Parts: sequence; C-alpha cells; structure tokens
Amino acid sequence: MAHPYMPNSTPDARAAMMRAAGVTDVDELFEQIPADHLAAEPIALGDGVRAEASVRRHVRRLLDRNDSCAENLNFLGAGCWQHYVPAVCDEIASRSEFLTPVWGTPSSDHGRNQAWFEYASQLGELVGMDFVGLPVYSWGAAAGHAIRMAARMTGRREVVVPATLDPERLAVIRTYCGGEGGEAIAVVVARHDPDTGRLDLADLEAKVGDATAAVYLETPNHLGVVEADAAAVARLARGHGAETIVGVDPISLGVLKPPSEYGADITVGTTQPLGVHMNAGGGVGGFIATRDEERYAREYPTLQVSLADTRVPGERAFGMTLFHQTSYGSREEGNDWTGNSVYLWTVVNAVYMALMGPRGFADIGATIAANSAYAARRIGTVPGVSVRWPSGFFKEFVVDFTATGRTVAQVNAALRARGIFGGKDLSADFPELGQAALYCVTEIHTADDITALVSALHEVVAA
Amino acid sequence: MNSFPRRYHAAVWDEPLIMEQGAPGRRGTVPPGPIEAAGDLLPEGMRRTTPPALPEVAEPDVLRHYLRLSQQTMGMIGISLFGTCTMKYNPRVGELLAARDQLAEIHPHQDDAAIQGLLEIVHEFDLMLRELSGMGRFIFQAGGGAAAAYVHACVTRAYHESRGELAQRRDVITTAQAHPCNPATAAAAGFNVITLPVERDGYPSLDALRAVVGDGTASLMINNPDDMGIYNPHIKEWVDLVHEAGGLCFYDHANFNGVMGRIRAAELGFDACMFMLHKTFGAPKGGGGPAVGAYGCTPELEPFLPGPLVVRTDSGYERRENEAGVGRVREFLGNLPQVVKAYSWTLAMGADGIREAADISVLANNYMETRLLAIPGVTKSFDHLTARRLEMTRYSLGEYTEETGVTAVDVQNRMTDYGVDAFWLSHEPWIVPEPFTPEAGEGWSKEDIDYWIDVLAHVMEEGRTDPELVRSAPHNQVVAQIDTASLDDPARWATTWRAYRRKNERENERQNEREVTA
Repeated sequence: MAHPYMPNSTPDARAAMMRAAGVTDVDELFEQIPADHLAAEPIALGDGVRAEASVRRHVRRLLDRNDSCAENLNFLGAGCWQHYVPAVCDEIASRSEFLTPVWGTPSSDHGRNQAWFEYASQLGELVGMDFVGLPVYSWGAAAGHAIRMAARMTGRREVVVPATLDPERLAVIRTYCGGEGGEAIAVVVARHDPDTGRLDLADLEAKVGDATAAVYLETPNHLGVVEADAAAVARLARGHGAETIVGVDPISLGVLKPPSEYGADITVGTTQPLGVHMNAGGGVGGFIATRDEERYAREYPTLQVSLADTRVPGERAFGMTLFHQTSYGSREEGNDWTGNSVYLWTVVNAVYMALMGPRGFADIGATIAANSAYAARRIGTVPGVSVRWPSGFFKEFVVDFTATGRTVAQVNAALRARGIFGGKDLSADFPELGQAALYCVTEIHTADDITALVSALHEVVAA
Repeated sequence: MNSFPRRYHAAVWDEPLIMEQGAPGRRGTVPPGPIEAAGDLLPEGMRRTTPPALPEVAEPDVLRHYLRLSQQTMGMIGISLFGTCTMKYNPRVGELLAARDQLAEIHPHQDDAAIQGLLEIVHEFDLMLRELSGMGRFIFQAGGGAAAAYVHACVTRAYHESRGELAQRRDVITTAQAHPCNPATAAAAGFNVITLPVERDGYPSLDALRAVVGDGTASLMINNPDDMGIYNPHIKEWVDLVHEAGGLCFYDHANFNGVMGRIRAAELGFDACMFMLHKTFGAPKGGGGPAVGAYGCTPELEPFLPGPLVVRTDSGYERRENEAGVGRVREFLGNLPQVVKAYSWTLAMGADGIREAADISVLANNYMETRLLAIPGVTKSFDHLTARRLEMTRYSLGEYTEETGVTAVDVQNRMTDYGVDAFWLSHEPWIVPEPFTPEAGEGWSKEDIDYWIDVLAHVMEEGRTDPELVRSAPHNQVVAQIDTASLDDPARWATTWRAYRRKNERENERQNEREVTA
C-alpha cells in the first residue's frame, strides 16, 4: 500500500524511475556501500502506521498523561515563564509558509526576511540598541556567545558573573567558556549582598581587573531582584576596560530602563516570553544586541538581515549582512558557529511585539510588578513563610519556608496534590537561602489564583 | 494538461514595515490589569522614562500584515529540492499534537511525575534512534545539527580530560566536504582543526589521514555519504586508525536519508553520531529552527553527556543529572515539540517505511541524474566516478557559465520565477565551479521532480537566448533581485529600523548639503 507521506511509493512511480535510471533492482543503486558495512540485523522497529487516526490517538494518549499549566495553577518560572500567548501569535506560527522554509532567497522568501527584520527592529527599540542579530538557541547560549565576543574584542580571558545566576544558565555559560584544560575563559563568580539580593559592589570591585573581558549581570536577576546599581556596575567595568553584558527579560522593558541607558555594551536575554509557549522548555530562544559599531558587529556569530535596495528603484529587500564572518562563510575561521536556531519563534516574537506596542509593554510590566508584589505580600502572611527580599523585584521572588519546619519538596508535593505547581525549589542550588523557592507571578494570575495558593499554603504548613 | 511552464507569480503586497503602520492610541492586545493598583514598585533609577518606539496597530491589522508576509514567503508551497537539507513533507498531525496544552503549556521544571507521558515519548524515541544507529543513548538538548556537533566537541573535551590527555589531544580531523559546523564547533571548543582535502576518489585518502593522525588526535568529525552523494568505502579503516591513535569518531548523519535502515553508525565503529529531526525525521524547518540535533553515543561516552538524562525506572520515567557530564549545552531537555513530531513520524513510517524512504530517495536521485545529465551544460562533480550516487548528487554549471556568463546563482534566482525554491549550491569551500545540489528525498512526486528538471532546462535555455533576462532575475517574485552592495558596508548596513533611519537621515543630509553647495 502506498504511504501517504511518499508520493512515489507506488509500483508505477518506482518502475518508471527504475526504467529511466537503468536498474532492475533498487539495491543496485547502493553499490557504493561495501557489504560488510550493511546493518548486521534488520531494523527492529514496528511496521509503519499509515492511518493518521491511529498515530494521533496513540501520541495523544501519551501526552494526555501530562499535567499541564493550563489545568493546574502554576508558579514556576526560573528560565521559562508562563505568559499569555495572543491567538494571533499561534495563527501566524502555524502558517505553512513560515513553518516550512529552509533558506530561500531574499526575493522569494521576502516576507519571512521582513518579519525577521521587524523582530530585530522592535527588539532594538525595547533594549535601546540598533544592531540586533537573529536569535540563538537560548538565553544561556546568547550570554555564552556575548562573553566570547567580549573576550575576542578585549583579548582577555575572564568574565565576572553574579552568584545569583540561574544554575541552568550558568552551566551553559561554563560550557561556552570551556577550552583546553578547563576554561578558556575563566568564570569568576561575584557575591551578592544577602540583605538586598543585589550584586555586592565591593566584592565585584575586588574581582574586576585588567584580565576581565566582561562583567555579566542580569536585571531583574534570577532571584527576581532588580539590580538597582546596574549603572555603577557598568561604570566599574568600563573603568577597567571591560565590556558590560546585561541579560534581560524583554517583557520587563515597558517599565524597566533599556540597558543602553545604564551602560550596557552588549544586551542579551530570552525571547520566550514574547509570544512563545513554554513547550516544556522547547520554547526558549536568546537574543544578542549591541550598538551599531563595527567593533561589535564584526564579532557576531549569528546571521542577521539588513534592509537593502533591489534593482527596482524604491523597492526594499532584506539580505544577510556580515555573512562571511559566520561559520557558514568561514568554517573554523568564523566567529564561533551558527546553524539552525529558533527562527520560527522570531516571526512569532515580531507578531507579539507588534500586538503589544508601547502601551502593551507598559501595561504588562505594571501588571506583573503589581501582581507579583501582591502575591508576595499575601504569601508572607502565611505562618512561618516569609519573602526574602520583599520589595524591588519583578515577576519572581524568593519565598522562605525554613521557619515552617518543612522542606520545599514537601510543600510542593502537598501543593501538587491540590493542583498547584509551587515555585522552583532553590534549596539545593542556593543552600544559603535555606528552604527557599522561587515564585513566578505574571499577568495570567488573578486574585482568586493567589487566594487559592495562600489557602493551600495555610493548610500545608498547618498539617 | 496545462502547457509548460505553469503560470506563476508570487504575491506582491508592497507591504510596509510594521513600524511604518498604525496610529497613536491603537491597541493590538490588551494585557490583564493588575490585581490591585500599586504605586511605583521598582527602584527609581531603573524605571523606564521613554516608551519604546514600537508601532501602535490594532489586532486585525497585525494579523493581516503577517498573513501578507506569509503569502510573500514561498517556503515549501512551491517545489523545494534543497540538497543537504532533505526537504520532506512535515505531517501536520505533528503540529496538532504539539499544539496541545499537554505539551505547549508544560513547564520544564514541573515534577517528573507530572510529565510522564512526555518523558515516555522522549525515552521511546531514544530507543528508536538507538535501533537505527546502534548507539547506547540519545539526548535532544542540542537545538540543531551544529549544536549537536558542538555537543560532540564538548564531550570530546570531557572524555580526554577524564583521561588526563586533553592537553596533548588538540586536533580534530575533518574533511573539506564535512559541513562547516564540524570544524567551527571544534574550534569553538578549543581544538585545532585539520581539514583533509578531497582527492580523486571523491574523499581524502587513507594515507592523508594516516599522515595527520597520532597521539595529538582528539576526534574525527565526518559525514558519509558527503554532499556529492559519494560514500567513503574505507570509513571503517578510518575509524580504526583514529581509534588506534586514541581519538574519538563522530558521524555527522546529516545525510542519513539515503542510508537509513541500511547501516548503523555504531557497527561501523563510530563512538557518536547525530541525526537531525528537522531533516530526516519529518519535523519542519521553521525557516531555521526550532530544530533538534539528536546526539547519540556509545555507553563508554555516556558519562560525559550533558544532563539531564531521561531514564526508565520501576516507578516510571525520571530526569537524572549526569554528574561527570559536560553540564548543559542549552537549557532544559531540548526542543521537545520537535521530538514529539519526529516520534509521530517514525511511528507512521515504521521500519518498512524508513527503508522504503531511503530506497525512493536514492532512486529519485538517480532518476534525476539521468535526466539532468541530458541537459547540455550540466555536468556532474567527479564524473569519472561511475558508481551510483546516493540520495543527492552535486552538479556543476561551470561549462554553462563559461558559455553564457550566466551563473548558478542567476539560474537559482530565475527558477524562483517558476515557483521553484532556490536550489542548494554548496557549502564553503566550493570544490566544483558553479555548483548546485538538488535532493529529491521521498516526499516529492515524480511529477514535481520532472517539473523541477523541466524548469531548470527551460531557464538554462533562456540564459542562452537572453542572458540578461536570467541575470536580472527574478521577475515574478515578491521583490526584484537584491542589491547586495550595502550589506557589508558599515555606513549602510541596517539590521534594525532605527539604524536604517539614522544612517539614511545622514545620507539625506549629505545629499542636501551637496545640493546646497552645487
């Protein structure tokens, strides 16, 4: 029986092609492969399931065993965040034209290239920078590449990062900084001030020096705290000839300053909050942005599109700029490497930013700041439960359960039984915080949601 | 039957940039208001004072703008025989499954107990790839084929470090026909790259390898067959040589489509391999991701894999850190929607379908070759080699270009005027002049393949009678041929609208000054 995915799986099509190719047995076409290279045993997978209905039911049954954040109440963030995805984002993401292209030309995939340019342009407005590459795999990858850019620019081999960094992201950064005999770029960890959750400037000052290629900071940081001294950090870095790399969650940039205004040289961050579903972590993406200066532009490892003219006066097209410095253009002589990334999400990000506009970003930022502060205040009323840094945060905050005598694991297990995903357990990665969890509250949460959480916490700690 | 060629013209909307649209006060979406009004919650010095200069556009206008941009994108709506990328059909049932809340609205930090179905799919698909490759375990963290090559470079680093030999083993050996990601990721991981040139047989000789392999060898990173469709029959000896010297061997299986079901990487002696789920396993390209480079290795290398690993236990599936591993190459488990799509595709294809797909891919390529070589001006790379090529063949328009002055890029552009997606030329370095590399795969009908060939022949004939028509192509596309002069000019390149406006304001000012002076 012909397979629905294979138009030529009919005897007639095969016979016609075999006749033209001059073979009587398809095996003749594999003559290059020596006999002793062939698989010792046939591939032991089942026979193909040609009925789509059967495939769909089988996979659907497996997926339905998952509990999602749609039918449960979720307070997990920490590198992947639940935001509302406008319907138009999903509609555009599912368009076959955007779903399927591979490479194309500036003329025949013009619409996709224009969407990419609109992504870069709108993101550039949010971060206050005018050179933006197409995205890379994740925030951690973006930070890793940015650090490597700084190392090449300065000829130095150290980066200073905050102790509050997400261990998941730090692990990616360490991999990117790796090289012969450990780290090609040494990762120096600067302490944070336990009273504020912010970078400890004195410790930073002691660790930044003539070997420092870059200081990397995030605001809000992984623990939700806005780094109010970001400008001082950038001044310190600049004073030592180091680059300042700032990591941001762009959903905050309607209410928080663009990094360009407090001294960032390179801005990186996540693209997932901009209209992309969490997808079990498969929604993440990362961006890199800088001033439009050759010193930076010539170190990008990414692809990027530039607005250009065509042969027709007044007509625009979008072509790859600085392609030669990528690994496609120069193999191992290029900057790091590039390849398939998350470009479908790039289109979705463009749609999301266009839908939001300046007021949408201001509104969502205000709502997230207010909702997370509201939730923190109410959670802090539960006996034995406290919020570690009760002000100056955005979207995420640290909840300390130590005084309840319970571990976060116990609390979260009890919450799960009540249909609630409690905050990310920090006790293993940040033991100095005690039995602490990172709670994430966004625009999707309602007063009823917070009441449900607080009631559940009352029960859990009293049990 | 329609006459040839079919009439075609791309959609042209003259669509302005979204930044040029809208009007003050319009809203595209309105986020929920706060639970309760709050004052200034953020540190004063960090508050934004100037709103971002984003467009203000209503929802229907945003929708229609991006629908128009989609119509101005060919994607796989036309015929795309883009070699090395195995452009095959992406079953839409995978899209419907991946869009379900039970995948789209899963948070990666959810408890293992809450995502058992997903972890089971990851595990089962791992088993399928083990069966196809003979490897001991697969991970899906790498967000593309290049990222999987990078995983290998990092695993290589960890492996040699664990044996105290990293300082000595500095060389990664590859070939000029390997994808650029192999040398590039090796270099990014800190290795020296040795690139062996292709010789008369279509691949580097065993002697060339022998001359560079030694106690400085960290790994071999290689594809087979290469992008010319040539299979290196000495690959086992290559692997043995590198192993004898203490190095690892990585099989970049980008070109798996022609050999799937017939060979297993581990049986050839490789320590690790990589499959691209967005090529071979039916997941869509998305214009360049989200993608997955599935990295598989032998049990000996498993301790060095980035974590977490998905393991099956008596009480279900769980994610387990890999303590001696390379940490992470990317956050979380990977692009799991693509894994679910690839799993669905593999179920639908089965062992029989996968074998048949390889047969059809190789058959279709050889059918194409018969027809293409009948077109005057088309020659085959390394045409002294008579053995049948596998799932793709690299051709050259070098003779044709000498005759007409029309290049492969010109032909590529003109073919888009007939609804045919640009063909693949060649990765750097080009080892044949004016290369082009089609790959039919199993997803395109004989009629489509014939049409593609007919268009190529037609365009080449156009180039003989009216070369300027082809050189100035495309003419039926969304926009005309791009003027590339500005792309690498720092004074003119513009990756954002704000950069474009700034640079062009200056240009306008300069022009005004010139006019005043004149």
